[in-house]
Amino acid sequence: MNYYTEKITRALLPANATALLVALLLACATLNVSAQESVVEEDAVGSALVAPVGVSSVTASDAPNDAGRAVVVTFVPAPVPQSEDQALTLSYEIHRALSQDGPWKKVGAMPSDTTAIMTFKDAGGRDTTSSDYFPTETDLYYRVRSMTVDTALFAESEIAGPVQGIGQWWNSGRSPVFWFVLFFTILTLVFLNVARKRGDSLYIRPLAGIDAVDEAIGRATEMGKPILYVLGLGTASDIATIASFTILGRVSRKVAEYQTDVIVPCYDPIVFTIAQETVRSGYMDAGRPDAYRDEQVYFVTQAQFAYVAAVNGTILRERPATNIYLGKFFAESLILAETGAIAGSIQIAGTDEIAQLPFFVVACDYTLIGEELYAASAYLGREPLLLGALKAQDYAKAVIVVLAIIGVIMTSMGYEWFAEAFKVVG
Amino acid sequence: MNRKVLIPIASIIVFIGFVLLKLDWDGADRTHELWEALEVTAGGFLTLMIFSFLYKDNAFYKFAEHLYVGISAAYWMCVGFWSNLAQQAIPHLSQSLSEALGQPFLGYIWHYWIPVALGLILLTRLLPESMKIGWISKWTLAFIVASTAGLFITANLQANFIAQIASTMSLPLLPDWTGFGDFLSNFDLSYEGQFVKMFSNWVIIIGVISGLVYFFFSKEHTGWFGRVSRLGIWVLMVTFGAAFGYTVMGRVSLLVGRLTFLFRDWAGVIG
Repeated sequence: MNYYTEKITRALLPANATALLVALLLACATLNVSAQESVVEEDAVGSALVAPVGVSSVTASDAPNDAGRAVVVTFVPAPVPQSEDQALTLSYEIHRALSQDGPWKKVGAMPSDTTAIMTFKDAGGRDTTSSDYFPTETDLYYRVRSMTVDTALFAESEIAGPVQGIGQWWNSGRSPVFWFVLFFTILTLVFLNVARKRGDSLYIRPLAGIDAVDEAIGRATEMGKPILYVLGLGTASDIATIASFTILGRVSRKVAEYQTDVIVPCYDPIVFTIAQETVRSGYMDAGRPDAYRDEQVYFVTQAQFAYVAAVNGTILRERPATNIYLGKFFAESLILAETGAIAGSIQIAGTDEIAQLPFFVVACDYTLIGEELYAASAYLGREPLLLGALKAQDYAKAVIVVLAIIGVIMTSMGYEWFAEAFKVVG
Repeated sequence: MNRKVLIPIASIIVFIGFVLLKLDWDGADRTHELWEALEVTAGGFLTLMIFSFLYKDNAFYKFAEHLYVGISAAYWMCVGFWSNLAQQAIPHLSQSLSEALGQPFLGYIWHYWIPVALGLILLTRLLPESMKIGWISKWTLAFIVASTAGLFITANLQANFIAQIASTMSLPLLPDWTGFGDFLSNFDLSYEGQFVKMFSNWVIIIGVISGLVYFFFSKEHTGWFGRVSRLGIWVLMVTFGAAFGYTVMGRVSLLVGRLTFLFRDWAGVIG
């Protein structure tokens, strides 16, 4: 006996006989209809389940700090089924439409694994031909469909909207980056001014690896052997490669002065072009443009280990007196440094790739660790621009050390907002 | 016979012999079997040629090196042409050229001419020096270096600097502290224990600060400053040691992979 039959029968039981008869007839009729309905439902879905209760409190709002291509949908999940015949919600489908009447498009799904308020970010791109396209500054409507084991048995939520994805000019989640860049720029400008006025008198602590460069060039001259300069696998956009160009300029000038030879095998075509210009400029600065040959700087290949094979071959055939590896290096670092060690060359290396530094430390005579590589270009060049930037970096680091100590103390005392203020979101 | 002729001929004979040994004579598809035997034998031979470098530089290594460099340079040139010019620039610039290259025309976008123009400017370096026009190529180089350096400032500052400092700041000196009595009574040396958490936080905080001091270039590293800096370099060296061991393990697995190819796929001595 189903819920309705029971309710009707109970309601009519205390009445008179006629009423009882009518009630019985009604009950039989209801039972008959109910049985037929159950059969139909069982045939259709395999069980007598009814749709679950849908989610509630659906809201849709513009996602903050973006280019206007996202909307955040929140909703309160469906309650746990109160009776055995109610289907269990397994997941939620989030649908989007340009009007309340549809057509609706499924934009995402979430598992039903919590009773806490759920948040879904509907984000897309600007390509109108892509299925991922998200219309900005357009009225959008959202609804959430509670899905059960049977795809035909679900519950719809109320419709939320209209909402528009609007782009923001200011990403507040990245404010710390802005303040740091501003602070650093001001610091650089101040120290640039100081460096222009005081020139070479600004102190930079000696860097053993860079001091060894002049010595190594002298050794190569005495031995009558070339210097191998490897710029690594970085592109022209990598800071380590850019720093390496400055040092290459200095090395090529010295090499030209000492009338020895430098070999620069390149991995990246753009790096090769810049390296050629840098070496040519070095020779011109030394007053020996005639000594420069294009073959000194050459492109090898853009395949990592083919490049390594070629450089290794060069090391063993040319037997350079000095190998300088400055730039971006990856898995090839130890292979190059070991071959150089076998060839008996003095080796100076430097990279900002933390994973490769250990290999250079063990296999090379001198290693510039991380930022020392950037400092080396200022140390060698002594140009106000580079010196000013290096000084600004140093004082920025000093400020950071102080802030870090304050931050740790504040966090330890329970004032976590201080550390949170420095966190970058998005 | 000259040694320079004898060695290549002998090598080719040995290579053919290995191919024949590798060939499955009962296979249904003879062409496929032959290609597979050639492929595996070439892989095995080239691996041994590259390994011969461990002994000393020799003709076999030179051959493998030049083959590898030549093939890879040509391959990457083709990849560069198709992925940049044929699939990105031309489909937005010319319908007839797109069709000629078998690419769909994606609609004309004028600003795709900018990288094409910069690329052409870069090629002026190849013109004869007598034309005195090669200097224009520096514009492209300046554009690449300056624009990318500018773009990377914020990304580097965020990923390598601010994130590191913010993470350090969020470490309490005394995590889960409820008093000295509780600390002693619940003293635990397990990874989840309060003592280990506290010790880890102290190591990170001191390591970050002393590491930053090491990279301070404006002051001589003497006195107390020098001692903190020395601690910083110790922290760096311990980190490098751990990274070294970890990476060496990875390299050993690469060697195992190559040896597996030699002994299983090529020689067939292991199952």
